[in-house]
Amino acid sequence: MIGGIDIVTLVAALMAASTPVLLAATGELVAEKAGVLNLGVEGMMILGAVAGFATAVTTGSPVLGFLGGALAGAVLAGLFALLTQFLLSNQTATGLALTLFGLGLSALFGKGFEGVRPPPTPKLDFGPLSDLPVLGPILFHHDWIVYLSLLLVLATWAFLKFSRAGLVLRAVGENDDAAHALGYRVIAVRFAALAFGGALAGLGGAYLSLVRVPQWTEGMTAGAGWIALAIVVFASWKPERVLIGAYLFGGITALQLQLQAAGYAIPVHLLSMAPYVITVLVLVILSATHRHGAPAAPAALGRSFHASS
Amino acid sequence: MDRRSFLKTTAATATLATLGLPARAADPLKIGFIYVGPVGDMGWSYQHDVARRAIEAEYGDKVVTSFIENVPEGPDAERALTQLALEGNQLIFATSFGFMDAAVNVASKFPNVKFEHATGYKRAENLGTYDARFYEGRAIQGTIAGRMTKTNKIGYIGSFPIPEVIQGINAAFIHAKKVNPDVEIKVVWAYTWFDPAKEADAAAALIAEGCDFVLQHTDSTAPQAKAQEAGNVYTFGQASDMEAFKPAPRVASTIDNWAPYYVERTKAMLEGSWTADATWGGIGSGMVKIGEITDAVPAEVKAEAENLIEMIGSGEYHPFTGPLNKQDGSVWLAEGETPDDGQLAGLNFYVEGISAEMPK
Repeated sequence: MIGGIDIVTLVAALMAASTPVLLAATGELVAEKAGVLNLGVEGMMILGAVAGFATAVTTGSPVLGFLGGALAGAVLAGLFALLTQFLLSNQTATGLALTLFGLGLSALFGKGFEGVRPPPTPKLDFGPLSDLPVLGPILFHHDWIVYLSLLLVLATWAFLKFSRAGLVLRAVGENDDAAHALGYRVIAVRFAALAFGGALAGLGGAYLSLVRVPQWTEGMTAGAGWIALAIVVFASWKPERVLIGAYLFGGITALQLQLQAAGYAIPVHLLSMAPYVITVLVLVILSATHRHGAPAAPAALGRSFHASS
Repeated sequence: MDRRSFLKTTAATATLATLGLPARAADPLKIGFIYVGPVGDMGWSYQHDVARRAIEAEYGDKVVTSFIENVPEGPDAERALTQLALEGNQLIFATSFGFMDAAVNVASKFPNVKFEHATGYKRAENLGTYDARFYEGRAIQGTIAGRMTKTNKIGYIGSFPIPEVIQGINAAFIHAKKVNPDVEIKVVWAYTWFDPAKEADAAAALIAEGCDFVLQHTDSTAPQAKAQEAGNVYTFGQASDMEAFKPAPRVASTIDNWAPYYVERTKAMLEGSWTADATWGGIGSGMVKIGEITDAVPAEVKAEAENLIEMIGSGEYHPFTGPLNKQDGSVWLAEGETPDDGQLAGLNFYVEGISAEMPK
């Protein structure tokens, strides 16, 4: 306890609160590392939220629900890939359109699921480990998606850093023409990266509607997708920093409510603003430190590739 | 943003009009509604829609109703109200506190259209207000929570620090304290009427603080779902019965029963006797109903709560009866004194014993 705030509860709460954004940001990081800027994260998340919810309610299985959410996100990302990679549409505009499309489509599909309760997702049972002081509630008292999200961050980090395929993906993101000249299939790599990003965004959305709330309501992502995009920049395209960024954002949200519950009269609006202020600061610091070195962003980010050029 | 249902109703009306159906003595009375959340929130907006359908059931083809849901409080509300007025609606219900100024502005632009604004205090020639004494329901909730709480901590999710919400916090606390002197109340402000993720997080924060009762003044069932997940935490249905969460966590509910009022106002319109007034109904007039108290509540507590409902309903007891002090210790109501409605409508302070600070 520090100043009436139970740190253990705070950390446990922030891990659950951050998971949707963490998943979406990890997915977007991979897409951006392959050189594609997909601003449709919000749209993919909310479609994942409704699809996951609908699947879980219809089948009675939360696991199938999460799969359904991931699949829906991937399908929407596939549409984005088709438009931007094959038809060479502008990535920024297409991404924005994808968000609007996802919000509308999810509202349409979700009509019949308002006020319905999803099957519960149980917390994993670690036996005596869950009863450990401090570490128990923080580390061993979550549902499996929280652990999966952490594993995915680790896997993404290892994949990008150590694997040959990860190297190819980064090459495509840094210099698509050179990668093409070496015989790598730029479009295929980007397609795969986008689908992965969409699946993770959809999974994050499904976590929101199946665990964190748990309920479906129109527009329930309430900007989480945009936060995920900000976190990728905040993290300067490094998976381990995405984890820090997501937990920082989630932490401030959880802290804000806990401070109130503990009886502090805090200016809520100031605290809610804090993550964004920090992101701006990080951007300033990044651009200042990278003035003489390599920029943090993948060099081919947002550029369309066509084999003829 | 879903306007399909709205469009459908309007389209249907338009088609009927153009088809030139057999001429009737009078055109149907058109009544419009704007809701702050989706109809499917299963709380506040849902309950208004139940009442809208009650009008249709009562008057059949003498009326045509339509609604716009998910209208944000602020400038967009003015646009939505204007749209309804231009569609030819003669009676328009604006069903959230934050629609107040928009309703005032639009009412002045359409002097021939009648407006009804829920929970507000600004009136005009063609703008009436109606409100329910939600605090009467809070008194019941406070009594049950005070009797049943094991941790002596009651959580309260506030929406905005406006009098309607502050009345509720005070009423709940006064009555919990009356039956349990050790009780304390913890308040978290969500600054929204409807945001399931935020409401769920707020409930989780209160539960983490040790509250085993979570009262909500927001519109979704997310806090109920969180309480259910936590187990051993109880809630009350807010605005709607929220019967899906019976018998626990939801142990009772305060139901906003707008239907009789809406039907009565429609009748006044049809008869041409509508005038702008201020209605403030409670348990006595049936505008506030207490939903079933479930078996999760011990029998003697249930009896006590039912007795309180009876006494408030008959007017024998006012939930704010002195001696009551303000939070700073100064006297608000002397022994046996009760506040008048004007005082309540502007209530902006906590009563003595609440330790939370009111946000500025």
